[in-house]
Amino acid sequence: MAIVIEQPDAPRSRKGAQWEKRAWIFMRISGVILIFLIIGHLLVNLVLPERGVKAIDFAFVAGKWASPFWQVYDGLILWLALIHGTNGMRTLVNDYSEREWLRKALNVTLWVVAAALILLGTLVITTFDPCIDPNVHNYLPDLVCKG
Amino acid sequence: MANRPAGTLYRGKLGMWSWVLHRITGVGIYFFLLVHILDTALVRVSPEAYNSVVASYKTTIVGLAEIGLVGAILFHGFNGIRVMLIDFWRKGAKYQNQMFWVVLVIWVILMAGFVPRQLMHIFGA
Ligand code: HEM
Repeated sequence: MAIVIEQPDAPRSRKGAQWEKRAWIFMRISGVILIFLIIGHLLVNLVLPERGVKAIDFAFVAGKWASPFWQVYDGLILWLALIHGTNGMRTLVNDYSEREWLRKALNVTLWVVAAALILLGTLVITTFDPCIDPNVHNYLPDLVCKG
Repeated sequence: MANRPAGTLYRGKLGMWSWVLHRITGVGIYFFLLVHILDTALVRVSPEAYNSVVASYKTTIVGLAEIGLVGAILFHGFNGIRVMLIDFWRKGAKYQNQMFWVVLVIWVILMAGFVPRQLMHIFGA
């Protein structure tokens, strides 16, 4: 198939142009916020703890999510990184897919996956229950568990 | 080589290669993020399920791969800032080459801090 390069000044619908512009701006705003959030995330989970990656387990996560600060923090990374990454992947799909039906199918897939994982991740963070661990009182002694 | 086009500002130069790297690292991080959300979701299943899956992050091979992941994130992040400066700073386009080297220096410094620490964690007790 011949590659068609659009005229840069070809008319496009107002709505389409608005959407692309907002996506472009979102990539930049989310990028600036993400660089701080992700460097902090790596420091707190991977670099600073005495045993680094080897210190990570259920108790470590429970300890962090006992604080609303880390729930909001991780929720923000989840939403921003997933939307930023998905929109970035959309750029690649638009650049490289030559068949229109495939391009549409891939883009729909990208957003379905993003919506599913945002929903899953948000539910996990907001409904997390440390009491499913019978040993929880060893690391969260002040916690009251029902039942 | 007859009719080879004269040099351009972009093609085959730093500007192009930094874009290629930005793209590849972006895609790599995206797929890691998908996996990472799924493995973390196991904390909602049971402590055993979560612990057994994060155990794979503690192996030597994944610990080493993580160096690649962190390297990709740091490059993508700081090069992203460079892209924004090219977009918004009046002199951004003029200094895009120099800014690439600044990104690289920041990357080397941060990796010099991270890599030994990570190696200690992987190979330490
Ligand atoms: C660490 C902070 C980050 C910053 C500062 C950042 C910055 C940027 C910027 C400015 C762009 C747009 C480039 C353009 O329009 O030409 C971009 C594209 C992209 N980003 Fe990020 N990003 C970050 C994190 C992430 C993360 C966590 C992911 C994956 C989940 C990701 C995946 C992508 C992808 C796939 C693209 C599209 C690449 C392309 O069009 O060639 N980025 N990033």
